[in-house]
Amino acid sequence: MTATDRSHFVYVSFIRTTPAKLWQALTDPEFIRQYWFGMTIECGWTKGSPWKLVKPDGHTADIGELLEIDPPRRMVIRWHNEWKPELKAEGPSRCTVEVEPMGSAVKLTITHEIDRPESRLITAVSGGWPLVVSNLKSLLETGQVAVVER
Amino acid sequence: MSDADLLFKALADPGRRKLMDRLHAHDGQTLSELCQHLDMTRQGVTQHLAVLEAANLVVVQWRGREKLHFLNPVPLQEIYDRWIRKFERPRLKALRDLKRRLEDGGED
Repeated sequence: MTATDRSHFVYVSFIRTTPAKLWQALTDPEFIRQYWFGMTIECGWTKGSPWKLVKPDGHTADIGELLEIDPPRRMVIRWHNEWKPELKAEGPSRCTVEVEPMGSAVKLTITHEIDRPESRLITAVSGGWPLVVSNLKSLLETGQVAVVER
Repeated sequence: MSDADLLFKALADPGRRKLMDRLHAHDGQTLSELCQHLDMTRQGVTQHLAVLEAANLVVVQWRGREKLHFLNPVPLQEIYDRWIRKFERPRLKALRDLKRRLEDGGED
């Protein structure tokens, strides 16, 4: 498969924290709510666990499954939109989260991809990931989020 | 040099901004693909990409033997949060208050 048969975005942030703290921030439902605009993730965090992104009103935004997990280094999520028919019709995408120590900081890499060109799902999440990652960095480094409302 | 200094330095060059536009139009390109349609030498593009990478505006991922370049929008979001949102907020609030006053006035 060539690069043009798929839609693929990468988000990287260098966060001044430890891999353990970043991993906690990525998996603790109450902590997630603080930087994800009131949304949170429900997951058992073991391989094969159902995975769900829940909106502040309790509705499900996306569903999926934890395909791989290797704390505190890497997880892969099968990510399927649940609330917009045109995005749901595109089928499952794949989100890989990698945590890597880099000197006094930790490199967070989020790769979101789907095996179809011009994906509307990937375009939709591409508007959200920079805000979420920027907020997460700010919360871990300063104790405050940069943006409260989307 | 601080992260912010690297970032603003990287953005302060029209050639590098053009490379970012090329990646925005089509993400995940090789060096050769990026050199097409650009009025820059291969060496120039390589140097610009290194500066963009140092600022974390471009991220490299390998697919087999191909080195692909991706635009990373996270630092731009950080600039927005730090340098734009803060300064526009009072003006947005003033506009919102004005809208509310005019609409309330219209109902009377």
